[in-house]
Amino acid sequence: MRPRPGARWLGPGAATVLALAALAVPLVADTSTVNVGVFTLMYVGLATAWNVMGGYTGYISLGHAGFFGIGAYTLGLFVNHLGVPGGYGPFLAVPIAGLVTAALAVPVGWIALRTRAATFVIVTIAFMFMLQILATNLRGLTGGSQGLGFPTPQDWSPDFVDVPFYYAMLALAAVGIAASWWIRHSKLGLGLLAIRDDEDRALSLGVPTWAFKMTAFVVSAALVGMIGGVYGYYVTYVYPQFVVDPLVGLSMVLMAFLGGTGTIAGPVLGALLLEPTQLELAYFAGSARLYLVLYAAVFLAVILFLPRGVIPSIAERLEARRSAA
Amino acid sequence: MSLLEVSDLSKRFGGVVAVDGCSLAVAPGSITGLIGPNGSGKTTLFDLVTGFLQPDAGEVRFESRPITGLPPDQVHRRGIGRTFQLARVFPRLTVLENVLVPVRRAGLLGLLSGATTRGEVRRGHEMLEFLGLTHLADQPAGRLSYGQRKLLELGTVMMSRPRLVLLDEPAGGVNPGLLESIAARIRDLNAAGTTFLIVEHDMGFVMGLCGTVLVLDRGRTIAGGTPAEVRADPAVLDAYLGA
Repeated sequence: MRPRPGARWLGPGAATVLALAALAVPLVADTSTVNVGVFTLMYVGLATAWNVMGGYTGYISLGHAGFFGIGAYTLGLFVNHLGVPGGYGPFLAVPIAGLVTAALAVPVGWIALRTRAATFVIVTIAFMFMLQILATNLRGLTGGSQGLGFPTPQDWSPDFVDVPFYYAMLALAAVGIAASWWIRHSKLGLGLLAIRDDEDRALSLGVPTWAFKMTAFVVSAALVGMIGGVYGYYVTYVYPQFVVDPLVGLSMVLMAFLGGTGTIAGPVLGALLLEPTQLELAYFAGSARLYLVLYAAVFLAVILFLPRGVIPSIAERLEARRSAA
Repeated sequence: MSLLEVSDLSKRFGGVVAVDGCSLAVAPGSITGLIGPNGSGKTTLFDLVTGFLQPDAGEVRFESRPITGLPPDQVHRRGIGRTFQLARVFPRLTVLENVLVPVRRAGLLGLLSGATTRGEVRRGHEMLEFLGLTHLADQPAGRLSYGQRKLLELGTVMMSRPRLVLLDEPAGGVNPGLLESIAARIRDLNAAGTTFLIVEHDMGFVMGLCGTVLVLDRGRTIAGGTPAEVRADPAVLDAYLGA
């Protein structure tokens, strides 16, 4: 059962190649490809962040789009009120969007984490819709359905404007993956995985399950909030129905499930596979919502054929072959 | 002085009184058996002591300090470990990871540092060797046989060095060969200073292992003493045979 000599370098090697390729994309690709890159990296970050809670602890949140929205509105309000001009300035405020989202995730988690399993799913959905209603009706704060505008960068040419956002999303994806890796390999992570497998037993062994779940929930929300902030700045105008969008929340979950929840590479792979496909399909189908049919199909296929996701399934096959050999 | 003292503990579920003014004491260093017919409140009593259920009345004291109503993780940190009626392991964690879950670390830095330190891994391997599960260390615990899970569950509980361990049917569903191995492990751990309170239906197992046996019927203790005394007690025969 000893892995082959080269096998232990496979993961780090693939990660290095992928990271270098991701860094090089804006240097060689055209604007529309970079645009696809921005959204793909956004979902790499979102699916990875979601996985810190949903994958490690098994608590499936379908309301993470709420944190996405909180981050976007926070960044928009912050830069507008301080009069930060378009350019690199708003990026510096992204951590503030993360902190505010984290602070708001505490009361949300306080309520949602009183429940488990299906009830938790429902509570997170309810939270998201409540937030959408708040965003629509608190017109003084969010501009309601008129939307909230962000400053636009004046001196970035149309050819260049996507590039800073690409690197911002790449940086956040990297932060997310690093956080996910760290947690997975920490004592905290071992406790989270124990909670996923048998929460009452973890509790009976002295694991402070509530504090552990809360930590994962807040870290996950903060990452999603920061990405939401960059998204808002990128699209320049945020509206309640698009920035607190159930489909954003569902997409990150689907990507994590496709790649393999509870793994580090799974959500990354899921996002890399699904998001470009979805954008491509939306482009060809003309009607942007036709991709939902594809999503439904992928979801069904994952449940039927790869209930544990691509990465765990492949790992299992490899191991089966190795032990057979 | 008793290690664990339960006084007048009661718990009702709707109209059913599962534990009815139960009092008992577990002496330090003992292996105490807790027997009784089905539905006599044994598992409910365990749940009350370990914080999974809140009693309606009564008190639980451990090492002379009240622990009534503390949540399960805090009860564990006070020094009480427990196993469950159906062996419970973390199926997707490896066998080694399983035993390392209860090992505590101090402070936030401890939580954010590596899941396993070299010292913890060494202790984990020592425990697996003690259990005879070394060859399975890197396997997911979900692949173990039922008896192996029972062993792993016991070993995991022991990793945080509890002073009292409550075992809920350690012999249930285990083949006779492994049964002797489980009994031997319990004796070793007891000799090293751990006190045990054991719920078990297998009378041979209880009478062979326990120095003291308590009998529970309809939520209260009706007898207690050495295995021989309990066997001769008419109240016990009544409870089991139904007078």
